Amino acid sequence: MSVFDSLRIAVRAIVANRLRSLLTLLGLVIGVSSVIALIAVGQGTQKGVSDQIRGLGTDLIFIEPSAAATTQQGAGALTTTTLTQADALAIAANGNPAIQAVSAHITGETQAIAGANNVGAESVFTSSNYAEVRDLEIALGSFIAPSHDDAGSLVAVLGSRVAETLYPGIDPIGQEIRLSFLAGRVVFAFTVIGVVREVGGAADANDQVFVPITGLANRFRFLYTPTGDLRVTQIDVQTTPGADTEEVKQQVSDLLLFRHNRSDPDFTIESQDDLLDAASEVANTLSILLGVIGGISLLVGGIGVMNIMLVSVTERTREIGIRRAVGATAGDIVNQFVTEALALSVLGGIIGIVIGVVASLLVDGQTVGDQEMTTVIQAWSIAAAFGVSAGVGLISGIYPAWRATVVDPIAALRNE
Amino acid sequence: MIRLEGVRKTFTAGDTQIHALDGVSLEIERGEFVAIMGQSGSGKSTMMNIIGLLDRPDDGAYLLSGQDVAGLSEHARARLRGTAFGFVFQSYSLLPRMSALEQVELPLIYQGVRDRRRRAAEALVRVGLADRIGHRPTQLSGGEQQRVAIARSLVVDPLVVLADEPTGALDTATGHEVMTLLSDLVDQHGMTIILVTHEPEVAAFAQRTVRMRDGKIVEDTGHQPTANEANAGSSP
Repeated sequence: MSVFDSLRIAVRAIVANRLRSLLTLLGLVIGVSSVIALIAVGQGTQKGVSDQIRGLGTDLIFIEPSAAATTQQGAGALTTTTLTQADALAIAANGNPAIQAVSAHITGETQAIAGANNVGAESVFTSSNYAEVRDLEIALGSFIAPSHDDAGSLVAVLGSRVAETLYPGIDPIGQEIRLSFLAGRVVFAFTVIGVVREVGGAADANDQVFVPITGLANRFRFLYTPTGDLRVTQIDVQTTPGADTEEVKQQVSDLLLFRHNRSDPDFTIESQDDLLDAASEVANTLSILLGVIGGISLLVGGIGVMNIMLVSVTERTREIGIRRAVGATAGDIVNQFVTEALALSVLGGIIGIVIGVVASLLVDGQTVGDQEMTTVIQAWSIAAAFGVSAGVGLISGIYPAWRATVVDPIAALRNE
Repeated sequence: MIRLEGVRKTFTAGDTQIHALDGVSLEIERGEFVAIMGQSGSGKSTMMNIIGLLDRPDDGAYLLSGQDVAGLSEHARARLRGTAFGFVFQSYSLLPRMSALEQVELPLIYQGVRDRRRRAAEALVRVGLADRIGHRPTQLSGGEQQRVAIARSLVVDPLVVLADEPTGALDTATGHEVMTLLSDLVDQHGMTIILVTHEPEVAAFAQRTVRMRDGKIVEDTGHQPTANEANAGSSP
């Protein structure tokens, strides 16, 4: 009996029981497609988080006040931070060839107002080198210039979404923007000098407003320490490409400990790689969890195939008897039922792959809640889902097939 | 060609043992048309199952064309069953949803025969169903279904056709037609047929009658060495 013959018999049996075959397929299709789609979502989340971290710039080391200092929010956090702009300047002045640029900033929630329009935006009080460190590109006008730093100018550079919201259809350059601080108690007017090009992914830069830190410091005296240093909430260090980040981290940390005259750090220092590692760990756990859920539905689908094949053997006792009488060996009967189960599961696998891939592509870029979904279809997940589906089909076919061979042909033929 | 010697077969039903075959010896030659008669429970169907390799004897010898087949493996028995025997059952035993042509092709699939379509079509022509080749069982009358079953038994060119109550489900006229067809196969094509029946009118088509009771042969109208001689003198 040729492979073609057994395949033909299998297809006939599947087509003859259309509804039953369809329901069996459904289980497998759902299983395979959910494995592919869920893993794509998991991997997409991982990619989204990685992109967000990479979108902050390249080769960055982030220094922030340690937990004790950051438990307070807003202006309170500023009075407890031990990081100063002088620290940033010292890191830059150290002459370390592995350090390319250093930028310090303070961030604060503000309301941005222009005419009748207003939007909540995060203000970043920083200096002219921030754009370079964070890889920001300018779409309109220019970024903060060193002359603005020196003069303490009240100028603002807008994130793309802030610009769109406040100045729909208007050229924002030269317009006035007012930023309200401390829950509206203080409002300053700034002149818009530039708009940052839209940043991909879920980066924050689109919703931020960048202003020179010196301009603000002149008006908020509490930003200074008693010794006259300007407090900051974050220092970004950009290393030269190919530099040993861990070594730079150690050097910067030593320098700050020396400057702060401490033995234990009052700051945290993390490289972009540290953040990526932590984020991928979370995303990987999510991927595994989603994959397991998909795997369970695939298993349930496989059990469905076994169930259907068992029913099929019982229902077709007479057919088995007839086939035995006309010369089918036990092997031929096993072959028939295994082929049938395998054909069902391979077909279910193929349909499941198509649906899983299409679903992943449809979900990609859609916004669920306020979260933009990213999916990354993994070739290995397709292979694994298909392999498991075919394997489950094979195993599900073997037991019923064995049951079919122990059918006594005489009894089967009487079973009319 | 077929030789049973002291064949025994016992079934156990609860505590009682039923001696379905109690030391049966029988010899059937090529070209014979033998009717095996008896009440139900006389062991006639058991004997047919053993001859057709659907069942094994508990004891005794079974020689098919001189070869002892009692000790063959299950696999070898299945293969031999497919090539040496054609079965015709009371209830036609056709598979649903298959055309007459596909029904007849079935034994050839298991033998891996090429040219199945042509051979199956020829067998259907031989039983007078040339115009029913594409019909399914539900589209055929009882007599036509039984003819399909006969064509299926013939298509492998078997040594023996085993017919178990082939007219049991048919009316008298149709039953007569089917029996005439079987007789013609013996007369014109030298086929060997073993017929199991409890109806004397059906058994009358055969040249030789073996009567069974309680697992034993109680009457045998004679062993005719050659078919043509037997054919000349035994029709009642």
